[in-house]
Amino acid sequence: MTPPRERCQARTRKGDRCRNPAGPDGLCALHRRQLKEVAAADSAKPTVRRGAKRGAPEPHRVVPSTPEPHRAIPDAPEPQPVIPGPQSPGTAEPQSVIPGPPIREGSPTAEEEAPVVHTSPDETPRDEPDLGPLEPVLAWAEEALEFLGRRVLGEYQVDEFGHDPDLVEHVLAPLLRPLYRHWWRVETRGLEHVPSTGPALVVGNHAGTLPFDALMVALALLDEHPAHRSLRMLAADLAFDLPVVAHLARKSGNTLACAEDATRLLEAGELVGVWPEGYKGLGKPYRERYQLQRFGRGGFVEIALRTGAPIVPVAVVGSEEIYPMLANLRRLARLLGFPYFPVTPTFPALGPLGAIPLPSKWLIEFCPPIDTASLGPEAAMDPMTLFDLTDQVRDTIQQTVHRNLLARRSVFG
Amino acid sequence: MGRRVLVTGAARSTGRRLVAALAEEPEVELVVAVDEQEPAEPLPDKVKRLAVDLRSPALIRTVQSAGIDTCAHLGVTAEPRAAGGRASMKERNVLGTMQLLATAYHAPELRRLVLKSTTAVYGATAADPAVWTESMPHETPRHGFGKDAIEVEDYVRSFERRRPDVAVTVLRLANQVGPNVDNPLTRYFELPVCPTVLGFDPRLQFLHEEDTAEVLLRTILGPAPDGTFNVAGDGVVLLSQAIRIAGKAPLPIPEPLVNRVAELVGRTVDFSPEQVRFLQYGRVAATSAAREQLGFIPKWSSLQAFEDFAATRLRKLVTEEQVARLERDALGLLRRAAEWVAREVPR
Repeated sequence: MTPPRERCQARTRKGDRCRNPAGPDGLCALHRRQLKEVAAADSAKPTVRRGAKRGAPEPHRVVPSTPEPHRAIPDAPEPQPVIPGPQSPGTAEPQSVIPGPPIREGSPTAEEEAPVVHTSPDETPRDEPDLGPLEPVLAWAEEALEFLGRRVLGEYQVDEFGHDPDLVEHVLAPLLRPLYRHWWRVETRGLEHVPSTGPALVVGNHAGTLPFDALMVALALLDEHPAHRSLRMLAADLAFDLPVVAHLARKSGNTLACAEDATRLLEAGELVGVWPEGYKGLGKPYRERYQLQRFGRGGFVEIALRTGAPIVPVAVVGSEEIYPMLANLRRLARLLGFPYFPVTPTFPALGPLGAIPLPSKWLIEFCPPIDTASLGPEAAMDPMTLFDLTDQVRDTIQQTVHRNLLARRSVFG
Repeated sequence: MGRRVLVTGAARSTGRRLVAALAEEPEVELVVAVDEQEPAEPLPDKVKRLAVDLRSPALIRTVQSAGIDTCAHLGVTAEPRAAGGRASMKERNVLGTMQLLATAYHAPELRRLVLKSTTAVYGATAADPAVWTESMPHETPRHGFGKDAIEVEDYVRSFERRRPDVAVTVLRLANQVGPNVDNPLTRYFELPVCPTVLGFDPRLQFLHEEDTAEVLLRTILGPAPDGTFNVAGDGVVLLSQAIRIAGKAPLPIPEPLVNRVAELVGRTVDFSPEQVRFLQYGRVAATSAAREQLGFIPKWSSLQAFEDFAATRLRKLVTEEQVARLERDALGLLRRAAEWVAREVPR
C-alpha cells in the first residue's frame, strides 16, 4: 500500500503551502534544513530578532499541526513545550513551532533535530528598492535554486513506484506545458467526470507514433483538474528498458502495464491511466486515423471490477495528426527491437527535424464515468460482462471521437 | 529447559549481532555459533563456537548432543570473491544448506528453522511488477546469489514437507545497511565515485542492521508463523538519491560497457553479475505480510536506514552546509544584480 503522501507543513515565502512531500516529522527536507540553519543562527545570536520586512526574505512559517510521533518508536517523546516566537507584523497566523521531530535512539542527529523556534533570519535590514518586474524573476530563481539544492542533496521522496512529484512539478511539467498550451492548444472538456479523490481508471484512445496523447491527458489532469490529480499510467515494458526513458517513466508516475501494479495503484486510491490499444493504436497508419483498434483483451475492465474503481473513458482528438505515419518499416523495426518504425512526410527524410510534431489542434474530452462497483467483484469472473463492458468503453470513446471530429473546423484550426 | 539455538554464518556481521543478542536473552540456554572464520570479538559464555564447514560431520554430532531446538541459517553468502570464487560460493551456499538440512532431519528436538534469504530471489528485469509480494511468480535469476538463494529456499521447502513438526520461516531481506554492515552494496557506496547504468535510476529498499537483528530474534524466539516474508524498511530510495545522500558523484556508464566496468569494480566490491542488473532495474518488495502475520514493523525506513549508514560510514564530498551556502550566495548575488538593474535602468 502506498501511504497517503503527506505534504510539508511549512509555508513558502509567498505564503503558499509548501508542496514538497513531508518526512516523518511533517516537514520537507528543505524546510528541515532551513530550520536547522535558523536554529544554529539563533543559538549564536539569540537576542537579535526582527519582524519580516517587505521584500526582505520572510521566514518560512510553519503552521501548527497535530504532531505525529514517529510510528516506529513507541516511546517517542511528546513534542517539546513551545517557545513562543515573535509575532510577525501583519500576520494573523501565529509564528509557530515545529512539532517535535522523532528522536531516534542512537541517531547521530538527535541533538540537531531538537525542536526549534522559527524566527526571521537575522539579517541587517536594507533599504529594499522596488524591484518591479524583476521580482517574479527573482522568485523564480530562488525556487529553481532551492530545487537544485534538493536534487544535489537527494532531499526528495518518491513513492514505492518511483513517482517523484518534485521532479514532475519543477522539470517535466514545465517542459510539456508549452506543447500543451501553445503548440497543440489543447482544449479539455468534461473534467468534472474525473473524481477528485479515490481511485478511477481513465481509459483512452492511443495514436500518434509517440505517446504524446497520454502525456497531454496526464498534464490536463495535473494542471486543469481542480484536485490537480497525478495520472498514474500503465506503460509497456519497452518503456522500462530504454535508457533515460526508463528513468523518466517511473519518476513521472508510470508503471508497468500488469494486473498487479494496476491493482495496487487503484487500491491505494490513485488515478490510473490505461491505453488498451497499445502499440496497435500508436503505430497505425495515417489512413486508419481515428479508427479505434482492438482493446487488448479487456484486462483493464477486470481490474476495475475487482477494485470497484469507476472507468472514465477519455477521447483525444488531434493526436493522430502530429506524426502522420505513411509507412512502417517492419524489418528495420525488428532489427532495432522497436514495435514499429514510422515513415512520416518529414521523418526520417529531414532527420532530427522530422521529429518535430505537427501543430494540430487538440481536444480532450472526458466522458461520464462507468460505474463498476455496483456490479461487484464477482462480475470479474464472467467473461461476457468483461466483453460487454470493454465494448461499451470502446464505443463511448469512438463515438466521442467522431462527434468531436465533426465539430472540428480544421486539423490545425 | 531454555532454548538451544544453532546459528550458521555466525562470524559475519549479521551473525555476530544475532549471536550477541541471543546470548543476552534469559530464555536462551545455549547458542552454537557455526562459522569457519574466527569471530572478531570474544564470544559470551552461553555461546559455543563450532569452527567447521557446514559439510563437516562434526555438525551433526554437536546438533544431536546439544539438543538443538532452533536452527537459524544465515550462512548463504553473496560474495563470490570472499568465498573463494563463484564455484566455491555455490558449493558453500547450496551444498552447505543441503548438509545442514540433512543434519536437521536427524535432530529429533528441532522445532523451528529460520532461513535468512533475500529479495534477490525476485531477480531484476524491466518487465518486473513495481512491487513484489511473496506469492507472485517470478522469473528465476539465472546466476549468482539470487539463483543460490532460490535453490536454498527450494531445499528448505522440501525439508518442510519431510519434517512437518518443524516450523519453517523464510525471511527475504532487502539490502542491509548500517554502521557495521559490510556487504557488496555498502562497499559500492564507499567507492569514490559510484558507477551507474546511464539512463536508469532504480528503486532500492534498505533494511537497517538493527531491524535485521530484531526480525531474526523475533522469528527465533517469538511466536513464528510458518511462511515466507519480505522484510524491508518502509518506502524506497532511488539510486541517484542514495548516491547524493552518500555525498558521492555518480559515474554513468553506457549500457554496452556496463559489464566491463562491473568486472573491474567487482574486484573491489565483490559484485556478482546479477547485482549489476539490480543496479539497473532495482527491486521493491511489499512488506505487508511481515507486518500483519509476523507483527514486525521496521524501526527504520529505507531512507532513514540509508541516511544512518551514510552519516556513520561515509565521508561526503558535498555537504548540506556547502549547498546551503552556495544557494544563499547565488541568491544574494542575484538579488544584488536585480537591485542594481532596478536602480540603474530607467523605466
